[in-house]
Formats: sequence, structure tokens, C-alpha cells
Amino acid sequence: MSYVYAGYGITLAALVSYAAWVLRRGRSLPR
Amino acid sequence: MSERSALAPALGTAAAVALAATVALGLSLPETVEQGPYSRLIAIHPGLAWASYLAFGVTALASALWLWPRTRSQTADLVAGASAEIGVVFTALTLLTGSIWGRPTWGQWWVWDARLTLSALMLALYLGYLALRRVPADPDTRARRSAVTALLTVLVVPVNHFAVEWWRTLHQGRSLNQLDPASDLDGSFIVAMLVGFLAMTLVYGWLLLQRTEVARREDRREDAALAEALAERRREAVLTP
Repeated sequence: MSYVYAGYGITLAALVSYAAWVLRRGRSLPR
Repeated sequence: MSERSALAPALGTAAAVALAATVALGLSLPETVEQGPYSRLIAIHPGLAWASYLAFGVTALASALWLWPRTRSQTADLVAGASAEIGVVFTALTLLTGSIWGRPTWGQWWVWDARLTLSALMLALYLGYLALRRVPADPDTRARRSAVTALLTVLVVPVNHFAVEWWRTLHQGRSLNQLDPASDLDGSFIVAMLVGFLAMTLVYGWLLLQRTEVARREDRREDAALAEALAERRREAVLTP
């Protein structure tokens, strides 16, 4: 089961991290 | 409120809800005789692969729109670049989750099977595309060479998709074949997989809106910096007799 949790965990962590990076980058640039 | 600013929160909320539903459905799937608990990865792995194909398809479409004089716009070029970057994230996750699925079921983290090798090649090609976009050039030159590259690179996508049918591979057949009524896959697995497809599509759509806007701001900042540097040089030229 640990492989299943690893698959879900890595996917969620990567998507959330990438989304956060995009939002942070957007806020750091003038409109 | 602009169209984009109204759409982004709605799409973001829908994506978050669909992603939560995917996780809940996927983790509650029953164990199977062949794979035990590992078949629960069906809710995320095919959806990630689908989103990577979608992203690279949009990159190709936006590139074609840029190359066609009547539809040429800066937005098409920015969408192409943004979509390729998101596609790279989805492809990397497809490879990672596939590898995690392969270890307990195949006994291997990696095999040089046609589907896996082509997926790795697809990742390498689009990383190259993103590197090409970063080579300094004026916006038109960047857009033109990126668009031509994208239209050539996208050829790997259908080859990768049909690889499991064209070659003998360790990887299972196309996930979409499971939708056939003759498929012996239990309905709950099909539902979880389809919710996963929907979730990854919504996540992709939201990311594309956000990343395209960021790319637009990056370009604007570069233009402003260039204009400032040129003005500075002109001032120097006037001051220096």
C-alpha cells in the first residue's frame, strides 16, 4: 500500500508546489 | 471583473474538488486479485498521461495558430510555451507514478519498453523545447522557431499513445480501451479513472490560465527593461560629445 500512497503523495505534492510557484511568480511581477 | 479573472477562480475550485474526488475514489477502490492494492493507481496515472498529451496538443495548436498569418498573436506564442511547461510537469509525474506502479507489479522501477522509452523521449524533447524558448531572441524569432519545433515535436505524442499496440510492450494496453463494454474492468475502476481524467483536465486548464498570464507579465517586464536600457544608451549618447 505504501507504493499507492507514494504515487498519490508525489502527484499531489508536485501539482500543489508547481501551482504555488506559478502564483508566487505571478504576484512578484507587475500587472 | 475581466473574463479571465472570473474564470480562473471557478476553474480552480472545480479542479480542487475534482482532484479531491479522485483521491477519495482512488484510495477507496477494492483490492484486485492480480494487483492487490496497486490497481488504485488507476485513478491518477492515466489521467496524468492524458493531461500531458492534451498540453502538448495545445502547444502544437497554438504554434500552428501563430504560424498562420491570419491568426498570429502574441497570446498564441505565450499559450504554446505555458502549455509545454505544464505538459512537462504532467509527463514527469506520469513517469514517476508509472515507475511506482511498475515496481510492485512488474518487479522493476524501469524497463526499456516502447511506451516508457517514448514517454522519456517525450519529456526530453519538451525540455529541449523549453530550453529553446529561453535562448535570447526578439519575440518574433523566438515565436517562429518555437512554433516550428513544437509542430515537429508533437509527432512523438501519437506514436507514444499507440506504442502499446504497435510494439510488444510490458505496459498494458491503452487505458481508453477499458471503456469498451467488453472490458472486464470493474465499473468502480472505470469511474475513478474517468474522474481522474476530468480532474487532471481541470487542473491543466487552471494552470494554463495562470501560467499564460505570468508569461505575459514576464514579457512585459523584459520589454520595459529593454526600453529603459535603450533610453539610457540614448541619454549617454547625448551627454557624450
